[in-house]
Amino acid sequence: MTTRIVELRRGILKKNDELAAGLRDRYATAGVLVLNLVSSPGTGKTAFLEWTLIELRKRGARVAALVGDLETDNDARRLAASGAPVRQINTHGICHLDAEMISKHLDGWELGSLDYLFIENVGNLVCPSSYDLGEGIRVVLLSVTEGEDKPLKYPAMFNSADAAVITKMDLAAPCAFDRWEALKNINEIRPGMRIFETSAKTGAGIEEWLGYLEEKRVGRGH
Amino acid sequence: MHELSIVSSIVDTVTESAAVYPGARVVEVRLRVGALASVVEDSLQFCYGIATEGTALEGSRLVVKVLPVVMHCVPCGEDVALEGVQSFRCPKCGEPCFDLRQGRELEIEAIEIEEADGVEKAGVTA
Repeated sequence: MTTRIVELRRGILKKNDELAAGLRDRYATAGVLVLNLVSSPGTGKTAFLEWTLIELRKRGARVAALVGDLETDNDARRLAASGAPVRQINTHGICHLDAEMISKHLDGWELGSLDYLFIENVGNLVCPSSYDLGEGIRVVLLSVTEGEDKPLKYPAMFNSADAAVITKMDLAAPCAFDRWEALKNINEIRPGMRIFETSAKTGAGIEEWLGYLEEKRVGRGH
Repeated sequence: MHELSIVSSIVDTVTESAAVYPGARVVEVRLRVGALASVVEDSLQFCYGIATEGTALEGSRLVVKVLPVVMHCVPCGEDVALEGVQSFRCPKCGEPCFDLRQGRELEIEAIEIEEADGVEKAGVTA
């Protein structure tokens, strides 16, 4: 018997990373800004996205959304009420979206006719952090009902995000939400990250959020 | 809990890499896992036993090397390893760090195989 060490140095998620790089090129060629929305279940991603789609459409932006869930097309139906094209991705037990699922569900969509494509990931603050979807911006959402220390509990996700959205700010007082503590914790894990304090119910924070989207879209050179 | 899909991907890659050594047995698989890779070693080990059954990896050891997060500190002008993942500040000067240099790795570094003596390696010249 001879023992041999074989050096591999192979990324375990290489296949996903390659597919994601291909998607990133497609998005860039089409000139569409793609956002990947991640959070725990129940943070209010769908409500936040519904509101974002409606407000963007009011302002004449061309938007579409892909929404991931283990089961049901409830979220897609809710989002489609905004008038935007929406597709549901059912993962049937898989805890995250991957680049292949995105690629399959983009079939037949003319990306060049869009300004923004939103991807609502499966509610999970762990696994989606490892899967690049080719997005331009990863947005992590946190609601005031979840606790200010969420960024410290899920540093991999918060550190991988480009922007943070605090949702349900209208419930901040009843939940005794410590705003400064939450902001401090986000900043500790991802120093300098843009943070938006929002409420889909009252409309708080929408202008700042839409301004950011516009700035990022234009900043990409189209 | 995506460890099972990660382990399945390890099994595929290692099976393919080991196939060029006919009759060889995989005895060890070495991973490099960054502290921000979002995988849990216990779960990997648990899934590994299940996913390797009936494959060329059955009975092999999975060795996980965890890599600390390394950030580039602008004021210090150097790369610094963080002590944990609760604060992304330079441990030397205390300034926030923005530029991640290590910590998201999820890769198979190497495999250790046992070859039966006298068997030629297929398709590879020594």
